[in-house]
This record gives sequence, structure tokens and C-alpha cells, in this order.
Amino acid sequence: MEKLNFRLTAARSAGGSRAQAIVGVVASGNLEVLLERASPADTCTIDIATAAHGFGAVWDAVVRDFVARRPAGGLRISINDGGARPDTVALRLAQGVRKIEEPER
Amino acid sequence: MTLDDILAGLFPNGHDIEAIGSIVAGRAILPDGGLIHLLGITRGRPLGANEAIVLAGRVIDIVKSGDRAPILVLVDSASQRMSKRDELLGLSEYLSHLAKALLMAEAEGHRTVGLLYGGSAAGAFIATALATATLVALPGAHPAVMDLPSMARVTKLSIDVLKAKAEATPVFAPGLDNMVQTGGIHVVWDETSPLAPQLAAVLERPAGQDDRGRLGAERGGRRKSAEIADRVVALAAVAQRGAQHG
Amino acid sequence: MTQVAANNVSLSWYEASARQRIDALVDAGSFCEYIGPELREISPHLSIFDLPEQFDDGIVVGRGRLEGSPVLVAAQEGRFMGGAFGEVHGAKLTGLLRAARALRQDVLILFDTGGVRLQEANAGELAIAEIMRAVIELRRTGLSVVGLIGGRAGCYGGGSLIAGTCSRLIVSEQGRISVSGPEVIETNRGIEEFDSRDRALVWRTMGGKHRYLIGGADTFVDDEALAFRQAAIDALKIKRGCDTTVLEAEQNRLERRLQRFGEAEDAVDIWQTLGIDAPTEIPALPTDAFLRAAKRRENADDAR
Repeated sequence: MEKLNFRLTAARSAGGSRAQAIVGVVASGNLEVLLERASPADTCTIDIATAAHGFGAVWDAVVRDFVARRPAGGLRISINDGGARPDTVALRLAQGVRKIEEPER
Repeated sequence: MTLDDILAGLFPNGHDIEAIGSIVAGRAILPDGGLIHLLGITRGRPLGANEAIVLAGRVIDIVKSGDRAPILVLVDSASQRMSKRDELLGLSEYLSHLAKALLMAEAEGHRTVGLLYGGSAAGAFIATALATATLVALPGAHPAVMDLPSMARVTKLSIDVLKAKAEATPVFAPGLDNMVQTGGIHVVWDETSPLAPQLAAVLERPAGQDDRGRLGAERGGRRKSAEIADRVVALAAVAQRGAQHG
Repeated sequence: MTQVAANNVSLSWYEASARQRIDALVDAGSFCEYIGPELREISPHLSIFDLPEQFDDGIVVGRGRLEGSPVLVAAQEGRFMGGAFGEVHGAKLTGLLRAARALRQDVLILFDTGGVRLQEANAGELAIAEIMRAVIELRRTGLSVVGLIGGRAGCYGGGSLIAGTCSRLIVSEQGRISVSGPEVIETNRGIEEFDSRDRALVWRTMGGKHRYLIGGADTFVDDEALAFRQAAIDALKIKRGCDTTVLEAEQNRLERRLQRFGEAEDAVDIWQTLGIDAPTEIPALPTDAFLRAAKRRENADDAR
């Protein structure tokens, strides 16, 4: 497994009050994304474990795009990747933020 | 040791056993005069619906007798029978039924001891040996979940690679030592010593909880099972108390 | 991905994830997870094989409510390692069943499993045995363990043996229950014995409709979370025993099954013997029509 870590400055922090959210499943072409409120409000950390080696530059582009577009501040994001395509990764990250911002029942 | 040698070694006072195909059933008198029931699947045969229902029926007869005598389950089997017919007929229910019969016999006061003396695999192993309260083995026994060549095919790894990985962990490869280390087998008997006292020692163990997770932790083969199970129990209890107090 | 805000939104059980199933099954907002993904209790063994881990090791366990009544729930994620039992995965279910005994609560097991995880085969197999024992010990105190089967991985191998210890089984057409999988039978016995690529054969032999008809499952539902929820509510209403009377009744029904159907070559022969009209039509029948046709099924009430 290849491990990758990113620590990025986030312009906006994630809203809502849920402590954590999880989306996705670790399967071929899929990934799970665990989001926790464990970073400073202006920071987003992303830790990735991936079965597909050598795609560091692609991950870099996807996570930077995510942090630029979405309210990712304050989040510690942990990913177990089963070899997902970049657009699936982007989708899960967006789904994850939406989920953690959901009002609690 | 052949089955005859094993039975002669276990029961110096003699034993009485009949074979129904690959199934054996009978009884023996222990050195202290007590009765012990004998059941088994032998000759490395697969365990199918027809065999499982016969064995289960015998267990039920024993429980109905109310004699609370222990049951020794002798195991030298292949895996479950792999056939269209057995699955069509619902093999899972037959194997579960046999396991339930053994589990309930123990609960009804019949100490159940499994003796793995040959092979056993997968569904057959679960329905017989692993359904007894205390599982012991003789050297030379060879339990397996799946044979290594089949595992290699399914995992798409070479046998050599699998063998190399098996050196590092007892958690997946077939073999008696691995099943001991992971806590599935309580003790491997010494075949060079009299067997009857070794059986007596097992029968003297008090009936209790399923301690295989604890054994696996102590022996290092399963370091997480008992801990995770215990933590779930503890968390559920705390949550319950929290809910009660509002 | 439909957001289920209350228990009234349609969701395919087959397509859903373990977490989506729990969400749709229990009363809204009532689920509290034990050893959740944030604790990262992953498999200690998959890294040896350079395989990816999942934070919950492929099973979600916890407590929820069904129409207000508390119940413990376990849901397997069939898409992670085929929903197979590994050391941690199995231990979470073992612990839940033991917790149920201490708390005096019923348990729902949402099966979605290919059996034992080969990379942790011995641990997986021992987990199956420990779970079966824990189910019976729980049932003997008068509590229920209800299995729900309708996921992509089916209920195979050791999972099917656990299912056989449950007090009730709820199955959809998509569900399959079998000890050996189609490929394993074909590999071991040849394609003449079982053609694993013949999907119709697989479903006739192991699928939900056949299991329901021969008494291998107790309730047949649509591939719909609300249907599974209602069936679970109904299943938990009736207390079922787990004693020698029940064991004997099961012995009788299983002996009778061998006598009645032991010579059958195919499921259609069995359905014919059951007295079902137009047995070859069974696979194509929608649920309502199937349930009407299934009136002559074998049942396992008080004999499971």
C-alpha cells in the first residue's frame, strides 16, 4: 500500500456540527472517505492509503482542487482507496463534506 | 494412529461402535465406570446432508435419553460435500442443524469433546469439530479452511508466495499448529502416552464460556478477537446504562 | 444516493451499502455504532497481502430501535472483500451477540458475505464457530436472532451456517444461501455438475425463491428496504424457542425433505413435487404472484 499525506490551507471551514462522517466503500474502483473535525479551521489534512502505486501527482491535483472548491477547513480526512478514478475520488470527497455538514437528526 | 488404535487407547475397558457409511456411532465405558457416547465422521469423507442428518439424529437421541453422559466426536473428514444436490437440498441447514445439536447437547449437560485425528475442512470442520465445547487433536491431524493450491488460485498468488507469507503468520494457512495457535484447538494429545488419562483430564475441565478467543490471544495467533468482542460488550453495556439514565 | 430522512423512502436493498441498509431499517436517528470507523480497528492481516483495509473491517455493529423497541444490529458490507469474515469483522459480531445476552435484546444480522476471508482463513473460521455458539446461547435465553439476506455477496460458506442458527430468516429474490459457491462446485466437480455461469441455475438452486419454497427461509420480500424493515418488525413479534423440542422438529422436517426431494435433479422438480402450478414460471413471477403460488411451500415454523 502506498501512503500519501497532504496538509492544505482551506479558505472556508466545514459547517454543521457533526463530529464525523463516512462515505464510500473500499472496493475495486471505489474508496472510503472518513471525515473528522480534527484540524484547525483553516487547515485540511488528507491521509491516503492506496493500492495503486505511483499516482501521487494525480492525488495532489484532486485534493488541491477539492480544498479550493469545497469548505474543507477544520477537517481531518482519511481515505482507504481501492483504485478509484480521480472523478470518483472527487465525488466522494464532495459527498463527504455534504454529509458532515448535514443537520443532526 | 488408526481409529481402532485410538479407540483402544482411549477405552481400555472396551468400546462398542458401528459404522454407517462414513459415520460411526457407539459407546464406551470410561475407566471410572461412566458412560461416554461416541460419534464420528471418518475415513476423510465429505460431510453432506445425508451424513449430517444421521449424526444429528444420534445427538438428539443422546440428549433425549437424559443420561447427561459426555459425547466424543471423532473427526477425520474432508470438507462439506460439494455437489449440486446437497446445495439444492439446503446443505447449510443440515450442517447448522448438526452444529446446533452438538451445542445444545453441551448446554443440556452432555460434555462434548471433539477429537480431530485426521483431516477436516471448511463446513465439515465447523459443523463437527468446532461445534464441540472442547476440541483436541492428535499429532498428524490436518485441519484446513481451504487447501493451499485452491487458495493460490482464488487469491491469484503463487503457492510459493503463499507459503512464504504463511511463515509469518498462523492466521490463514492449513495445519494443526496454526489451528492451535489461533485458539481453535485446546490441546494436542501426546500419542506416545496413554490416551485414557488425557481424555479424563479434558472431561474434568469444568464447562464454561467459549474461551477460544482468549486462547488465541494468549498464544498470539489471534491477538484482536477477544479484545474486540469484549469491547463491544462493554460499549453496549455503557450505552445501555446511559440510555437508562437519560 | 437517496437521503432517507424517515422510514418512507424507497431503497434497493441489493444496491445499498451496509450503512444505508441500517439507516433505512431502524427508526430514524436511532442508530448508535459500536467500534465505529473513527476507531480504525482495521484488519491486522490484510497488509501482509498488500490489500486495502476498511476502517470498520467491513461490518457495522450497534444498537437501534424498531418502532421504538431497542434491537442490536449488525450489517456486513458485501462490497469490501466480498463481505467475508476476518478476525476483527467476526469479533464485532461475536461481541454483539454476547452483548445481546447481557442486555436481553434481540439481534438482526444483515448478511452479505461470501464466507471466510481466505487471507485470515483460520481466524475467520473460528469467528464463524464462535458466532454460532453465541447465537445459540442467546436464543436459549428466549431472545431472537433474525437474519436478513438480499445483498450482492449473498450468504455463502460460513455465513450460511450462521444463518442456519438464526430463529428466522428473511430473504429477497436476490438473496442466495449456499455452503459452497457456484464456482467452487464447478472447480471441484466439473461444469456438468454445476455451470457457475448459468445464472438461472444458480438462482434456482441457491436463490431466495427456492429457499423460501423448501423452508430454508421464512419470509420472502421485495428488494426494498421498507419491506425488509417491516418483515424484521413482524419477525421479532413472535418469540421462538431453542430447545430439544425445536431441534427434534427440525430433525423431522430435514429428514422429510430428504425423503420428499432427495432424488430431485433440479429445483423445478422439487417445486413440481410441492404441487406448485407451472413450476417453470416461478423465477419470472413478481412477488405477489410468487407468494400466491408459494402457498404450498414447506415451512420451518418452530422447527429452526
